[in-house]
Amino acid sequence: MKEYNINHLRELEAESIFVIREVAAQFENPVMLFSGGKDSIVMFHLARKAFAPAKVPFALMHIDTGHNFPETIQFRDELMEETGTRLIVRYVQDSIDQGKVVEETGFDASRNKLQTVTLLDGIEDLQVDCAMGGGRRDEEKARAKERFFSHRDEFGQWDPKNQRPELWNLFNGKKHMGEHFRVFPISNWTEMDVWQYIYLENIKIPNIYFSHERDVFVRNGNLLSVSDFIPMRDTETVEKRIVRFRTIGDATCTGAVESEANSLEDIIEEVAASRTTERGTRHDDKRSEAAMEDRKKEGYF
Amino acid sequence: MSDKTSGYLDMELLRFTTAGSVDDGKSTLIGRLLYDSKAIFEDQMEAIEISSQKRGDEEVDLALLTDGLRAEREQGITIDVAYRYFATPKRKFIIADTPGHIQYTRNMVTGASTANAALILVDSRNGVIEQTLRHSYIANLLQIPHIIVCINKMDLVDYSEETYNKIKEDYKKVAEKLNIKDVRFIPISAKFGDNVVDASENMDWYQGATLLNLLETIEIVDDRNHQDARFPVQYVIRPQSDEYHDYRGYAGRVASGVFRPGDKVKVLPSGLETTVKSIDTFDGELDMAFPPQSVTLNLADDIDVSRGDMIVSAENAPKVEQEVEAMICWMNERAMMPRGKYTIKHTSNEARCMVRDVKFKVNVNTLEEVTDDKQVGLNDIACITFKSAKPLFVDSYKENRITGSFIMIDEGTNETVAAGMIL
Repeated sequence: MKEYNINHLRELEAESIFVIREVAAQFENPVMLFSGGKDSIVMFHLARKAFAPAKVPFALMHIDTGHNFPETIQFRDELMEETGTRLIVRYVQDSIDQGKVVEETGFDASRNKLQTVTLLDGIEDLQVDCAMGGGRRDEEKARAKERFFSHRDEFGQWDPKNQRPELWNLFNGKKHMGEHFRVFPISNWTEMDVWQYIYLENIKIPNIYFSHERDVFVRNGNLLSVSDFIPMRDTETVEKRIVRFRTIGDATCTGAVESEANSLEDIIEEVAASRTTERGTRHDDKRSEAAMEDRKKEGYF
Repeated sequence: MSDKTSGYLDMELLRFTTAGSVDDGKSTLIGRLLYDSKAIFEDQMEAIEISSQKRGDEEVDLALLTDGLRAEREQGITIDVAYRYFATPKRKFIIADTPGHIQYTRNMVTGASTANAALILVDSRNGVIEQTLRHSYIANLLQIPHIIVCINKMDLVDYSEETYNKIKEDYKKVAEKLNIKDVRFIPISAKFGDNVVDASENMDWYQGATLLNLLETIEIVDDRNHQDARFPVQYVIRPQSDEYHDYRGYAGRVASGVFRPGDKVKVLPSGLETTVKSIDTFDGELDMAFPPQSVTLNLADDIDVSRGDMIVSAENAPKVEQEVEAMICWMNERAMMPRGKYTIKHTSNEARCMVRDVKFKVNVNTLEEVTDDKQVGLNDIACITFKSAKPLFVDSYKENRITGSFIMIDEGTNETVAAGMIL
C-alpha cells in the first residue's frame, strides 16, 4: 500500500510532535530548554508544528554560560521576536556570584559542568515540573540509555540503573512533589536526521554552522575559537582557518572543524562522509570514559 | 539538490529489537552491523580500542560500543535497553538492544513493544534452548510482525549446513507452537561478519539474503492497521487569538485506520456523531491522515471533546468496556497485589483499576499455563482481568498494537509496574 508510506523524517517528526503534545498535556509548568544550537532549534520548530495555529504553550529556557558565540545569541533573540515566544534566561554567572558554584581555573577551565547547578536552581525557583531537552540517543553512549520521559528525583538526579520501563507510546509522567522530568522529544533522531530535516523544512540556523574564516588555535586536536574566555598557552598560536561548527555549545569546549561547506546540501554530504562523531569536537566529553553519564546523573541536560 | 541529498529524504524507518543470551554474541552482532555499515566512527572506535586495551583484551571488544553505562562496562553485562542507530541508503534503523539476562524479561518486552522486527540469536553450538523459546514467546506476545532467527557462531561449527538445518527445523516447531507467522533464518558469524552485511565466503550452501539485506527489504507498511479508524485525542488546541477565535482542534496521532475530510466519525465516550471538517497541520490541510501521523482534527459540529476521548469511525468502533481481560508482563520488584488498585494508561486515557483475578501465569520456559500460583512478581507473564473506574475504548492487541496496549502504574511509587496486552 504505497499510498500510506511515510519517510523516516516524517515518522520521526510525528513521534516528536506526539511527545511534545504529551508534555503539554501531562505537566503543569513545562519549559523547553533552548541553547541556540541546531538540535534545540529543530525541537522548537517541532513544538510550533505541534500546536499550530496556536502559539507554543510553554516558555523556552536558556542556561547561559556567558561563554557564547555572539552569533548564537543574536539568532536566539531574533527567533523569539519573530515567533512571539517567551524566553527565560538563567545565567551561570549569577550562580558564581551567589557562591553556589566555583569557577574552574586553568587552561581547560569550562563552565559546562557548572550549568547543571544553574539549571537545577532555575527548575526549582520557577517550579518547573518538566524540562524538554534536545538530547539525542545517538550522541553519546550514556544518552543511548535515556528514556523519552526521564524521571529526576528531588535532587534533580538521574538514576540510570533504575529507570521506568517505557513501552509503546505510553509515557508515564507521574511524580511526587519536588521531583521533575526531563523529556527528550528528538531522542530517536541522529545528527544526519537533524540536518536532513533542517534542509527539508528550510529551517533557519545560526550562520556559524556554515563555513567561514575564523581565528582559531589547536588544543588536544580540537580547533578552538580565539576568544576572551579561553586563556591560551604560550605554545599555542593563533591561525586563520576556514571552518564551521558541527555543534554549538559553550565556546570554551566546542571545537570547530575545517570545512568549506556553506550550504545545507554541502553539510549533509559532509556529515555523510564524516568518520568522526559530532561529539568528537566536544572537549567536555573527553574528560573520562563516563564523563557524560556522570554529568547526567548530577542533573545535566 | 544533488542525488545524494535527495536520496536521504526517501528512506523508511525500521525499528528492530535483538534477543539473545549473554553469550550468544548479541552485542558483537550489533557492533558488527554498525561497524560494517560504517555507522561506527573513528572516535568511537578509538574509545573502545582504549577500553579494550585497559581491560587487557586481545581483540577489540565490539560489545563495548553498546554497553554505555559505567556499571555495564565494569561488570561486562548489559543492564538496560540501549538504542542504536544506523542507516543505509534504503532505510534508517533503530535498534532496541535489550539485555538477555533472565531477570531482565521486562527489558525485552520494552524493546519489543515498538519493534517492526525481532532478531533472535541462537548459538549454533547449543541450538534451540529454553531461552530461545522464552525470547520467541515474548516477541510473539508483543506481536512483532517479523522474526529473524540468526544462527550465530557458525565459525565454531565449521560452517556446517547440517547443524544449520537441524536448528532451523527445531525452531520451526517452536514457531508453529507459538503461531508465529513470518519467520526467517540466517546462518551468521557475528565475530567474523559472515552473512551480516556481506555474504559469507564460508557458506556457499546458503543462497539467501544477508541480515542487512533482509532488514532493508522486509515489507513493513502493511504491518500497520489501516482498517479501523482510531484517533485518541491527546490535546485540545484553542488559540487565544483574534484570527482563530472560534477554533477548536483535536490534536493527536492516528492510532490506526485512515481519516479523510467528510468522514463520518463518532466521539467516545459520548457516542455523538459528526464529520471530519478538516485535517489540520502547521503546513496546511491534508486530504488524509494515517498512522503514525500526528495531526489535528477539526470536526464539523461543536461537541465536547477532551483528552482521553477517542474519535473513531462511525461504522466501526472499538469496544467500550470496564471489564477487561489481558496478558500482562509484571515489571516491578514489588509483586502485584491481589485485588490491588492501579492506574491504567491506555492511549491518552487514564483510569483507576482494580485487579479482579489472575486466570493463569505462563511458564515462559515451557509455555505451560500455571493456574495454582496466583502470585505475580517481577518478569512474570500472566493473564488477568481488571475492572476500570471508567470505560476504556479497546481493541484486542492482536488487531491493534496501540488501542490494545496499556501500562499499569503503582499509585504509591508512580512507577510503571506492568505492560498489558488486551485479549
